[in-house]
Amino acid sequence: MSTHARPGWMEKPRPATQAAKAVALVAVVLLVCVPFLVILSTSLASQREVVANGGWVLWPQHPTLKAYRDILDGGIVTHSLGVSAGVTLVGTLLSLVCTVTLAYALSRPGVFGGKPVLLLILFTFLFPPGMIPGFLLVKELGMLDSYSSLILPVLVNVFNLVVLRGFFQGIPEELYEAARLDGAGDWRVLWSVVLPLSKAALAVVGLFYAVAYWNSWFYASLYLESDHWPLQQVLRTYVVAGSGLTDTTVGEGTVNAPQTVQMAVLVIATVPILLVYPFLQKYFTKGVLTGAVKS
Amino acid sequence: MLPGLAYFLVFHYGALLGNVIAFKDYVPFDGVWGSRWVGLDNFRRMFEDGEFWDAVLNTLWIAVLQIVFYFPVPLALALLLHSLTRSSVRRFVQSVAYLPHFISWVIVVALFQQVLGDTGMVNSYLGDAGLHTVDIIGNPDAFTPLVVAQVIWKDAGWGTIIFLAALSQVDEQQYEAAAIDGAGPWRRFWHVTLPAIRAVIVLLLIMRLGDILSVGFEQMLLQRDAVGPQAAEIIDTFVYYQGLVGGDYGFAAAAGLFKGVVGALLVYAANKVAHRLGEQGVYR
Repeated sequence: MSTHARPGWMEKPRPATQAAKAVALVAVVLLVCVPFLVILSTSLASQREVVANGGWVLWPQHPTLKAYRDILDGGIVTHSLGVSAGVTLVGTLLSLVCTVTLAYALSRPGVFGGKPVLLLILFTFLFPPGMIPGFLLVKELGMLDSYSSLILPVLVNVFNLVVLRGFFQGIPEELYEAARLDGAGDWRVLWSVVLPLSKAALAVVGLFYAVAYWNSWFYASLYLESDHWPLQQVLRTYVVAGSGLTDTTVGEGTVNAPQTVQMAVLVIATVPILLVYPFLQKYFTKGVLTGAVKS
Repeated sequence: MLPGLAYFLVFHYGALLGNVIAFKDYVPFDGVWGSRWVGLDNFRRMFEDGEFWDAVLNTLWIAVLQIVFYFPVPLALALLLHSLTRSSVRRFVQSVAYLPHFISWVIVVALFQQVLGDTGMVNSYLGDAGLHTVDIIGNPDAFTPLVVAQVIWKDAGWGTIIFLAALSQVDEQQYEAAAIDGAGPWRRFWHVTLPAIRAVIVLLLIMRLGDILSVGFEQMLLQRDAVGPQAAEIIDTFVYYQGLVGGDYGFAAAAGLFKGVVGALLVYAANKVAHRLGEQGVYR
């Protein structure tokens, strides 16, 4: 599969087919990349250039970091960046711990109550409780305006749980037995046998959690006061909904932030994902598939 | 396993109990248990509410458009990628195509505004070329094509992953044997490739049908203000606006419960159909 050579039985495609494929592939790549390029370029251009060009720039003539300096001066964007980073870090760690322990217990045959517990959990996937009861629960637990409201209600994801459980089940039984014979308890087996063998699955599930926490905004809009907002919710309010970024000084937020500043916030919200992506994407196929096939 | 289990008990089963307010006249001051029972009043109101049925129709319409226009795209893209003999090109295009899946809806909507908005890239090209500019973002008539295009942009690449997996399971020798028997590319596609991935196609299609009451909540909520509720109201946004914005909690919970029950029945039925057709289904 991974060779450059065409297998002997396959005939050389006609030039027209080759050309059509090439066009399609280039189109896919451009459709994904051009929007990002426009955002990045606009954020790096001067506001005058953006206005002269009608609101966007494909290639800035005189790149400047002014927009970034404007938003990273300790105002609401800087603060929300810290909130997002913190929630992502703490949330991903907590979620991984809970998901791994649960998946491990459910992957071992003969754990007390294993089957009913699994059904209990899968049922929540089939029948989610709903938005209103979820909101009232968070409210009655006194979690309003606390960062825990962004983490605890979405702590374990059933899909991720099933992926990990499938992966754990794929580990050869002999390894478990060998560890047992050496006198290892469940924690020891999990820590020194299962986890080192599951790096690909852990990387994928960890990425899924981290992306979910980084991207979440809806719960923040429900549960948090605006001075505690994470980055995505700030982005939603000031860029998508089009209120002014400087509303603390102007009042009602009627003045739109300059285009370059809006685009700079977009870039800041996207960059962390672009940074971790290349390191993790080689695990995607492996991690996702072992989970999907096993379940 | 206890913390994970506790999570499910509190945040899923605890919340599930909260659905009792669908049968109550919920007053925040009295709490969930102190509020007055009203039987099926909330449901009666819901079934008589024209806006509720508009939201249901919108949801179904967008879901159907997604099945017709979105569903074939990942499949076509997967076939295209699979046909590449040069693995470095394939891997590069795959990496690029997966990427938008990891970008939040907030950013996707902002990107679309930037490219297709009234001062966006496309319109400024049209304007420079002396053509009519088109208002796509704020136009209710263009809304459904727009949201389907957004879903394609965001998730079509990611959707190829499962088809590519199915394609990579196909035994090379089958192709070889077919080629020796004189089957051309099309015959090989028809008699080897398609049967091999049929199970996955049927499965995903059935699951999508089972999930037809759900179309992107965040995606709609983000853009509802721009085009108005006539075009963008789906069941989930209806629940959100009635309950969390309007404060009519019992009524909104009833609508949410309706969606949950019908949705679960649909998924269950879809899975049954999958079994009937001899496919694996999603569970068991």
